[in-house]
Amino acid sequence: MDLLSDQGLRLDGRRPDELRNIRCKMGVFNQADGSAYLEQGNTKVLATVYGPHQPRGQARNRAPHDEAFVNCQYSMAVFSTGERKNRPRGDRKSQEMSIHLRQALVSAIRTELYPRSQLDIFVEVLQADGGNYCACVNAATLALVDAGVGMREYAVACSASLANGEIPLVDISHLEESTGGPNLTVASLPISGQVALMEMSQRFHSDHLPKVLERALEGCKDIHRILDDTVRKHVEETGRASGWGQVDRAGIVL
Amino acid sequence: MVKSTSYLFFFISFGNFLSVYFIFQNDLRNDGRSKQDYRPIELELDIVTHANGSARVRLANTDILVGVKTEIDVPTSNRPEEGKIEFFVDCSANATPEFEGKGGQDLATEIGNYLGSSFASPLSFDLKPLCILKGVQCWKLYVDILILECGGNLFDAVSLAVKAALYNTMVPRVETVAMDGGNVDLQLSGDPFDCWRLDITNIPCLVTLTKIGEHLIVDPTAEEEECSMASLVVAVTESGRINSLCKTSVGSLHPQTLTDALKVGVEVGVGLNKALNEALGREEKRLQSNKPERFGFLK
Repeated sequence: MDLLSDQGLRLDGRRPDELRNIRCKMGVFNQADGSAYLEQGNTKVLATVYGPHQPRGQARNRAPHDEAFVNCQYSMAVFSTGERKNRPRGDRKSQEMSIHLRQALVSAIRTELYPRSQLDIFVEVLQADGGNYCACVNAATLALVDAGVGMREYAVACSASLANGEIPLVDISHLEESTGGPNLTVASLPISGQVALMEMSQRFHSDHLPKVLERALEGCKDIHRILDDTVRKHVEETGRASGWGQVDRAGIVL
Repeated sequence: MVKSTSYLFFFISFGNFLSVYFIFQNDLRNDGRSKQDYRPIELELDIVTHANGSARVRLANTDILVGVKTEIDVPTSNRPEEGKIEFFVDCSANATPEFEGKGGQDLATEIGNYLGSSFASPLSFDLKPLCILKGVQCWKLYVDILILECGGNLFDAVSLAVKAALYNTMVPRVETVAMDGGNVDLQLSGDPFDCWRLDITNIPCLVTLTKIGEHLIVDPTAEEEECSMASLVVAVTESGRINSLCKTSVGSLHPQTLTDALKVGVEVGVGLNKALNEALGREEKRLQSNKPERFGFLK
């Protein structure tokens, strides 16, 4: 099966540089300090943030004195995949995901602002359809913003692949992942253009790396724009009770 | 007023107890409900596409997502004519940081076991239709419950979501079954929409009755649970039959309170079942309309 048709369209009808539809919402839960829900195509993810609070349990010994201890947990609902999973968390794959999630988010969070405290970030994949890691990073970023945690900039992740040995594809779906093309996942800080995490599976010639990486970073920038819009809209809506954003035609604040 | 001062002195350490106790004087609770009122419930069906059936129930701040998956399995030797049903509860750390890692396992087991016992009788859920070939093959229903936010009254919310998800479950139709030597050859229908639905008429709803002071209330909030003396969970069917009964949490009840509680439980449970059935009918109609809108967590 070819990843790209003769007409230049992908298996799900997207163009090579087209993202899946992203829909997201901040503040889905009341009890958490911050929460967000994000849909990227058919991948659906929930993220919550608790803290900064006093270090609990094992973190009490591990928490550094000059910055916050960031604790991440990645779990998947047992019904999230095509085949039912036996455990929602604790398997190797989830543990690896938790570590990678932590790496990407710590590079964006201003941990030095919260010495001697702990920050919990929990993500739950409700439905998996490729790009789980990317959706989790993006949802966690929104949840962190919702919690009011100080950040350098957004941490945004996006994946890319290579079709027909030459054309880079952005935002890989499960079908494209399993068809066996290479998969490059990048978490970046899109404003400064820095790479926070990069992971690659399968092989392609190193000559192609720059353009695949560029496509992934481009995707990160596009997602950043979507997330930023969501944040602005959310703040406008929640602030509306106090009259923000309610400007009439003459430009006078009501 | 000497008496009330002594109350004050005695109960002040219970924190919330004080406010809950005094507000009960007017027969109203902290949030303006009467003793047998539920908080607003939201229900949405069919929101996880990878599952055969799914439902999300939001009972004020309690958020439950249930997915039902079907798999083909071998029936147990002592019940060769029946299918299987298994409940798995996952307390997500999203609900509270205490559930991180294995933190929520005790609560999860408690809820799972109680659901299992309330479904155990063929009078509440008949497993015979799930049999494909007697003693050889049957359907197994995995009912996976994900607790996303805890705002009190988990049992009731979970049971509502489970009943709704089972209502939404589509079991694929088996076209032919042939025995080839010792092997079974199953042919599933080629049309993915050729499915049958489960009978949910007798599936019970759980009603939690909580005793605070001298009062018996339903649908306790997390704060009310905190200052309750004892709780009773009753599984009530549509027709008012009690399928199982369980006293949870610490504290004790007088037998007389127990009988009173059962009466209230049946009355509330019948109403709850009726309300759920109506809501399921409305939701089903909405889903069958042209291009129904999916809300999920975006609302």
